[in-house]
Amino acid sequence: MAAPSTTSTGLPPALADATRDESALRRFLHGLPGVDQVGVEQRAAGLATRSIKKAAKLWAIDTAVSMVDLTTLEGADTAGKVRSLCAKARRPDPERPEVPRVAAVCVYPDMVATAAEELRGTGVGIASVATAFPSGRSSIKIKIADTELAVESGATEVDMVIDRGAFLSGQYGRVFDEIVTIKQACGDTHLKVILETGELSTYDNVRRASWLALLAGGDFIKTSTGKVSPAATLPVTHVMLQAVRDWHTQTGEHRGVKPAGGIRNTKDAIRYLVAVHEVAGEDWLTNSLFRFGASSLLNDLLMQRRAQLDGHYSGPDYVTVD
Amino acid sequence: MWEYAPAPESRDIANLKPSYRMFVDGEFVEGAGEPLKTVNPATEEVLAEVSTAGREDVDAAVKAARRAYDRVWGRMPGAERAKYIYRIARMIAERARELAVLESLDNGKPIKESRDVDVPTASAHFFYHAGWADKLAYAGLGPDPRPLGVAGQVIPWNFPLLMAAWKIAPALACGNTVVLKPAETTPLTALVLAEIIQQAELPPGVVNILPGAGDVGAELVSHNGIDKVAFTGSTEVGKLIQRSLAGRGRKLTLELGGKAANVVFDDAPLDQAVEGIVNGIFFNQGHVCCAGSRLLVQESVADEVVEKLHARISTLRVGDPLDKNTDVGAINSGEQLARITSLVEAGEQEGAEKWVSPCPLPEKGFYFAPTVFSGVSQAMRIAREEIFGPVLSVLTFRTPDEAVAKANNTPYGLSAGIWTDKGSRILWMADKLRAGVVWANTFNRFDPTAPFGGYQESGFGREGGRAGLEAYLDV
Amino acid sequence: MSDRLSVAKTYKLYIGGAFPRSESGRSYPVKDARGTFLANAAQGSRKDVRDAVVAARKAFPGWSGATAYNRGQVLYRVAELLEGRREQFVAETAASEGVAAKKAQSTVDAAIDRWVWYAGWPDKVASVLGASNPVAGPYFSFSVPEPTGVVGVLAPQASSLLGLVSVLAPVIATGNTAVVVTSQDRPLAAITLSEVLATSDVPGGVVNIVTGRTAELAPWLASHADVNALDLAGAPESMRAELEGAAADTVKRVLRAKGAEPDWTVQPDVSRLRAFLETKTVWHPIGV
Repeated sequence: MAAPSTTSTGLPPALADATRDESALRRFLHGLPGVDQVGVEQRAAGLATRSIKKAAKLWAIDTAVSMVDLTTLEGADTAGKVRSLCAKARRPDPERPEVPRVAAVCVYPDMVATAAEELRGTGVGIASVATAFPSGRSSIKIKIADTELAVESGATEVDMVIDRGAFLSGQYGRVFDEIVTIKQACGDTHLKVILETGELSTYDNVRRASWLALLAGGDFIKTSTGKVSPAATLPVTHVMLQAVRDWHTQTGEHRGVKPAGGIRNTKDAIRYLVAVHEVAGEDWLTNSLFRFGASSLLNDLLMQRRAQLDGHYSGPDYVTVD
Repeated sequence: MWEYAPAPESRDIANLKPSYRMFVDGEFVEGAGEPLKTVNPATEEVLAEVSTAGREDVDAAVKAARRAYDRVWGRMPGAERAKYIYRIARMIAERARELAVLESLDNGKPIKESRDVDVPTASAHFFYHAGWADKLAYAGLGPDPRPLGVAGQVIPWNFPLLMAAWKIAPALACGNTVVLKPAETTPLTALVLAEIIQQAELPPGVVNILPGAGDVGAELVSHNGIDKVAFTGSTEVGKLIQRSLAGRGRKLTLELGGKAANVVFDDAPLDQAVEGIVNGIFFNQGHVCCAGSRLLVQESVADEVVEKLHARISTLRVGDPLDKNTDVGAINSGEQLARITSLVEAGEQEGAEKWVSPCPLPEKGFYFAPTVFSGVSQAMRIAREEIFGPVLSVLTFRTPDEAVAKANNTPYGLSAGIWTDKGSRILWMADKLRAGVVWANTFNRFDPTAPFGGYQESGFGREGGRAGLEAYLDV
Repeated sequence: MSDRLSVAKTYKLYIGGAFPRSESGRSYPVKDARGTFLANAAQGSRKDVRDAVVAARKAFPGWSGATAYNRGQVLYRVAELLEGRREQFVAETAASEGVAAKKAQSTVDAAIDRWVWYAGWPDKVASVLGASNPVAGPYFSFSVPEPTGVVGVLAPQASSLLGLVSVLAPVIATGNTAVVVTSQDRPLAAITLSEVLATSDVPGGVVNIVTGRTAELAPWLASHADVNALDLAGAPESMRAELEGAAADTVKRVLRAKGAEPDWTVQPDVSRLRAFLETKTVWHPIGV
């Protein structure tokens, strides 16, 4: 089994041991405490009743905007579509220049070059999906080539998918090796690992896949491709936030979390931020450690922002379509 | 970095009146007792003046209940009784917000809890029991079980409305009439319930509510005109009542104190176990008879669990009960605060290691910061006596047998918790634990269909479910 | 004073929460007890029955998966709305069954109270019919009653409201979904009832109501492989054996009718609740 390239030297012995070979990895992952479904869902629902108002709400909205990975991942994507997405990413609300830029745009690898041109020097990242997104069903050779295309075209971040078939059939070593390989192909480019939690099905699997991805060197763990339902949910994100918190407790390193898909409005986004705040901790309330994979969320954030500041409800004509 | 702005629920919704009166024979009347002033424990301000019952009032109420039983309620077909009780359930749901805010003002519990737990569960108790009124033949207690007559009921301050529901609903469903005394420090929601009862057109005298202190309760439970006594409160008072009723042939049920063990094994789903421990002792500020006040954690994971506990408890927000983001509210009274403080001092003196949450506390009001004692042994007072506050005692064990022995090593026996991923161990522990309610991989779950009550000095009799009907029937 | 012409109601089917006409386009005249024309009812076809079964199956997971408390609340809400429409039901009952106003009123009151009785059952069935089994070994064993699935109901022919309520409420109280073939000559109360169901939080598809000729529709319901149980209350005596036979091909649970239509005013017992329940027994070892 391949050794992770960047982090193995700093790992505490128990974690380094886990990556020694596939059976060590299996023992480690299966030795993690279970997740009680009802318990985690109850906690998520309880935290979702937090009432965030006024200054706290405005801060949350602006922070959420700065955490958006503005996404278009459609077969029908064209250069024109990507360019207008980038324009929105740079300036989400044309009439309000003080609104933060989003964190990044997220596109297919063959659209990266277009995006890179539009976003050069703006500070907005260019994230690309890769590794036979969304299914992950192809050879490692193709997955590497996919990643290289993205990186060479100018991607600053790569969102890879794990091989869920391999994971569900217990081939943890294979999943691990793929992540390590893709991380190498990324070089300095930041790697997010999509677990596709909707296909993993149980919270126990989500916990195991999270740890596997962290051990393999992923900078971020991400819930979903957005192409499968259910996509991101609060309880799944709780489990992943707990994983990065526990990772930090054991290694001192901060890794990030990105829920993607199904986060449609400001209310949802604020619930996620509350979860970040109270499960992982304050440190994670920044776009270098937390992102939203979303498209329609941004407009709702902008409308709610206007509502907060103007004192009356806003409408769809006051935000731009991409 | 991210301060949640205050998110207070509106106080006006409680419809607070300057004074409240007793509810006897279908009317709100002045009592002969010295009026009491009920206080908001979060601010120490007086909320309202409440008329209390004198001796004659207790007598009048019992007589009214007797008349109502003999002439109306005791003869009424169950299907008709049911419809009255359904109305009460629905009206509680309609006035839910008002009741929740009033409960938090009078009791000190967070609005989040009164809104999400107390009030909906109270409504559910009435709804569930309404359906039994015309189905008693199916309760397994004989083909035509009859009511007892007039029930005298005394309830505590920790879940004022919910305890009133737990008492009144089954009594009425079984065909009895009721005289109920709410706790001295929390009379208000019971009196709004009386309004609802009046609006539901319940025949006069079927339910009577007499505010007052311990003397009114004593008068009520010893009154010759009642057939049944139900008491929820401290073990100390429960014993007094049991003794006073000895040889007098009156049916009695008691729901008293506890010192529940929350047992965490090394294979527990740890994060949810931490949530369960926190919920077990800090829900309702620990003012819960079935609180998981003793954490029995397997020694091999003790350090990890305690560390996670400290981290988790530090995120608990203690403060204004009316703030929707408050997790832990105010202690119900100055007296209770003093009791908690004194027991915590004892804990320190006996050598347990104290950890206190660094959370900020409001300057006014009765507040106590969540506290955890480690290195506790069975012999310490904080392991044996009910603190009834946000204080957790942590003990360790090595094997399941030892966990059982320590968990059972108490005269109490109300509840217990088990945290493990292993199903057979859950069932084995449940079998061996001497407790009336066993929660596995969860805690503090209440449902009208699930009987609740204790072993030994935690009382006898059950509330809720088919088993709970027995208390109010002549069987 | 001029006489005002009323707006006549069209009586349609109730399937999947919507009110479609019969796919066959047919209707038939419904007359009151004296033979006077009341309305045209949809004459349902086998395809309508088929569609109703599909709707009932689709609704089953959600309805059986709801908490018993939730089902009880929904049923109680139905009773609240029945009470609100009391006058309408009284008028319909008086006309269809040819009874005086006072009798119609007591019939409607009984129907509403019957519904309330059943609304109080969902959260009690498991305590009354379930059990923990004291097996002779270190096992925890318990038995729970579960709804059987989609129940085909032939509603009583004579008692258009009280009889209908008495057969329908126990089916859905326990978490089953229903396809009801109404009384052939007295179907109107069933459609008014479905208007109540549609506006009272009962999810679409939990109850489906098909009006029409019993002899035409019943065999299709009895033989349908996706119907789990059959209530023969409204089956004409001459058809009962044949329908029971058709049901045998898929081993349906059949609730037989005895003799002529019973007196629906008699307080029921739990037999109609038990009829459409399966008992599931679970075992688990007890040990460290």
